[in-house]
Amino acid sequence: MIRVDHILKSFDGRVVLDDISAVFEPGKTNLIIGQSGSGKTVLLKSIVGLHAVDEGLIYYDDILFNKLDFREKKALRKQVGMLFQGGALFDSATVEENVMYPLEMFTDMSEDEMRERANICLKRVNIVNANNLYPSEISGGMQKRVAIARAIALNPKYLFCDEPNSGLDPRTSIVIDNLIKEITEEYCMTTIVNTHDMNSVMGIGDKIIYIYQGKKWWEGTKEEILQSDNVELNDFVFASKLAKRLRYGD
Amino acid sequence: MTMYTMRFFNTLGSYILLLGKVFARPEKKKIYYKQVVKEIENLGLNSIGIVAIISFFMGAVITIQTAYNTENPLLPSYLIGLAARDSILLEFSSTIVALILAGKVGSQIASELGTMRVTEQIDALEIMGVNSASYLILPKIVAALLFNPFLCMLSMIVGVLGGWIAGVAAGVVSSQEYINGIQYAFIPYYILYAIIKTEVFAFIITSVSSYYGYSVTGGSLEVGKFSTKAVVSSSVVILLFNLILTQMLLS
Ligand SMILES: Nc1ncnc2c1ncn2[C@@H]1O[C@H](COP(=O)(O)OP(=O)(O)OP(=O)(O)O)[C@@H](O)[C@H]1O
Ligand SMILES: [Mg+2]
Repeated sequence: MIRVDHILKSFDGRVVLDDISAVFEPGKTNLIIGQSGSGKTVLLKSIVGLHAVDEGLIYYDDILFNKLDFREKKALRKQVGMLFQGGALFDSATVEENVMYPLEMFTDMSEDEMRERANICLKRVNIVNANNLYPSEISGGMQKRVAIARAIALNPKYLFCDEPNSGLDPRTSIVIDNLIKEITEEYCMTTIVNTHDMNSVMGIGDKIIYIYQGKKWWEGTKEEILQSDNVELNDFVFASKLAKRLRYGD
Repeated sequence: MTMYTMRFFNTLGSYILLLGKVFARPEKKKIYYKQVVKEIENLGLNSIGIVAIISFFMGAVITIQTAYNTENPLLPSYLIGLAARDSILLEFSSTIVALILAGKVGSQIASELGTMRVTEQIDALEIMGVNSASYLILPKIVAALLFNPFLCMLSMIVGVLGGWIAGVAAGVVSSQEYINGIQYAFIPYYILYAIIKTEVFAFIITSVSSYYGYSVTGGSLEVGKFSTKAVVSSSVVILLFNLILTQMLLS
């Protein structure tokens, strides 16, 4: 479980996260949704400590994350997997080396064991026969999937995904969404996914938090989201003509 | 003025803080060792060509110019070789080569780290609990400290050789005169002096350009800007330390 308590974050006096509190439960896919620029990435990066928050508390289960020193944070981070919005694969390493990297850093596995584990993870995201290619030699969607494989290599207890299926075709998106949901339930991970893709919301959103201009505007389940009267949320949810027609008719 | 001074101390402060992070105790030594080997290839071996070419031509030019400037028959004939040798040993193979490397290696380091910063690769390292500053920067510094003395000596040898070939080919000095000059009143300490300077400059080039690359914020446009800054700053710092070291080591 991850809990954030009255988080405040600003850049040069411009408030980006405004008093956000939320609980993210294990074994469920927690989604953070919102328009581009609403603060999703900043929120995720604040939770993992890449941005220092100005105010507010962050708990990983019973551990108060704000209070940890460098070494304790490091120990905690072995249990964290993160997928960055742009993939963030290491340019100078091959696909396989990228996935093996966290294993090399944190485990005492032999070279063969690491390779085996890397290949299991790559297979789960449908990457085959690309082990020795460099990130610049594979497509954007493949990079995203390799990055997911890297994020799950250590079987993390906490998984953060920043827009896992932006840049993917609809079918691959669904595969990735289902993968995230599957491993979340299988290992009872605490998973937080940033997205602005309504397909994902309706597909895997066990719990959804809607961020609007840096504030938590709404929270609920995918069943509730279609029934809400929240104007800004409906603007987001029914942004497409098709969705509008489905809800309000012609 | 005060604004510039403030900014200077600000930069200096964050540079020193970063170095503190860089020299924190390495966690997995084996991985660092691998990185150092990679960086020696990247930063060192790949610089051999440019250092050799520039040294050859500079040695040639220095020799020919000295010859034309000392055409007075009263001056001894070994003077050409001697002057060429001392300019190459004292300034060229250390300072000028360092300035060239600041351009080549410095911009390479800054754009590499800057790109890693803007594409979140550094964040990805941090999230894995890796001390990214140490992991990325320390191997570069160590590789340069290990390898640059070889580049310096290579430059000395090729420079003197270039002077010899060009001087004889241009007919401004005979082979024997040049060799006599090279051997005349040779002070071995000059080589040590050049190596010491090279080590200091190697540290400056790698650490200053790493600092700029690592601190990039924004997008790819900034990466370009910061790598220019890296080259300019490391060159200025090299010239400054050249002055200080010359005063300290030769007085
Ligand atoms: N390092 C930073 N420095 C200053 N401002 C920042 C920084 N990072 C983000 N911001 C600002 O914070 C706001 C929220 O950005 P964020 O990246 O969280 O949006 P997002 O919801 O993830 O959008 P998208 O869906 O496009 O990824 C933006 O206005 C952005 O300009
Ligand atoms: Mg984002």
